[in-house]
Amino acid sequence: MDFELMINSFPKLLNATLITLKLLSASLFFGLFIGLLFAILRMNKNPLINKFAYCYSYVFRGTPLLVQIFIIYFGLGQIEFLRSTVLWVILKEPYWCAIIAFSLNTGAYTSEILRSAFQTIKPGFIEAGKSLGIPNKIIFYKIQIPIAIKQSLPAYGNEIILMLKGTSLASTVTLMDLTGVAKYIISTTFKPIEVFIVAGGIYLFMTFIIHNAIKFLEKKYSY
Amino acid sequence: MNIIKKFSLGVLITLFLSISANADKIKIGTEGAYPPWNSKDASGKLIGFEVELAWTLCRYIGEQCEIVEQDWDGMIPALIMRKFDAIMAGMSITAERQKAISFSQGYADEVASLAVMKGSSLEGIETPAGINLTKPNAAAKKALKTLTAALDGKTVCVQTATIHQNFLDSGDVGKINVRTYKTQDEVNLDLASGRCDAALAAAVAFSDYAEKSGKPVVLVGPTFSGGAFGNGVGVGIRKDDTELLNTFNKAIDKARKNGDISRIATKWFGFDASM
Repeated sequence: MDFELMINSFPKLLNATLITLKLLSASLFFGLFIGLLFAILRMNKNPLINKFAYCYSYVFRGTPLLVQIFIIYFGLGQIEFLRSTVLWVILKEPYWCAIIAFSLNTGAYTSEILRSAFQTIKPGFIEAGKSLGIPNKIIFYKIQIPIAIKQSLPAYGNEIILMLKGTSLASTVTLMDLTGVAKYIISTTFKPIEVFIVAGGIYLFMTFIIHNAIKFLEKKYSY
Repeated sequence: MNIIKKFSLGVLITLFLSISANADKIKIGTEGAYPPWNSKDASGKLIGFEVELAWTLCRYIGEQCEIVEQDWDGMIPALIMRKFDAIMAGMSITAERQKAISFSQGYADEVASLAVMKGSSLEGIETPAGINLTKPNAAAKKALKTLTAALDGKTVCVQTATIHQNFLDSGDVGKINVRTYKTQDEVNLDLASGRCDAALAAAVAFSDYAEKSGKPVVLVGPTFSGGAFGNGVGVGIRKDDTELLNTFNKAIDKARKNGDISRIATKWFGFDASM
């Protein structure tokens, strides 16, 4: 065991963790909106709309994240006419390609989590609101959404942790995130065990924080 | 109970047999993704200069060999962890790598070059045809200065953990935006898509790609050798494995004397890259 290497690589890895956290927070931010939108579309009575939402979540939950990120980064890069459009400004950058892939992926899972949360709301709550003369819109925002968030917290916490680990795939499209820098250090020192232990430790620590934050929120919002 | 016992015994025996059957084979690791050095044909079979050379060397050694595929970025760790006994993967002999493993004498050498897409502003840079960085002369130093100015602020793509990345990281051509990829295929893809302003690799890797894909990839600037680019490509072997190192050195001597190396090199590179 080369402890000196472990200590020396720690600051470099910590620095790279910033990119990992940026990727994670941006993807979760966009993913939450996408998830909420598609959860609502899934509950739409128009079969065309809810089938579309179903297909989206089916495709993104049914294919590996690595494949999705490769299609968005290397795949779209091969389409010649795209390169002359405004879209290329975004698609040219590996950073945005990664965020698009991660957001679409976590959005699909989030939409399923939120949909099932909405569907577990007891009809009594909504009926109570209606009998008090509260408009449907207010019932949705003030009753259904808060309950759905509460219901979905444990599952969503899991999704955050899965996404944190998913960001390690950013290194496959040239981004120097925590895994990317770990691999770079290994490529010059040829000592994978030491470097991956430190990188793994940092991931574990972030998971620990996320896990406890969710637990705290669950307690806070429990009935 | 009896069936389970018999079954487990059977599994153990098969395991033991498969281990001992592999024990006396020399395992050679290669990447299979760096044509014409080593690559795979349509059916997934390993082919290329080094694959053919490996079989030839094994014939001279007179022992059974097995060629194992390994991702480039884990090549040296895999050798150290005994997943195989020798590396033949277009790996140049450099001082940095020699800290971790030993190398046989070099068996082939090939220059590196920058490549761009046709129509790039970098196409017109005027430099000598080739520079050697081991003891750079005035012309080589001037060429590096020209490159530094031309590449300023540009994105240059390379495969990770290669001599080409070492060179770009060394600062010899100033501070540029270096983007690293797991395989040379991915470097080629992003060069063609326009995400990279230029790419650096073995010159043959680009000409091979241009030929097979039909994409307008052109070589620019000087060809590079020496210095960060190492001293030819050799067989990588674990440091404590001196016996195998001697065996390979002797086999390379014989293969060179009989003209095998230059014959195989000419077949795959189109010119004699042997040394």
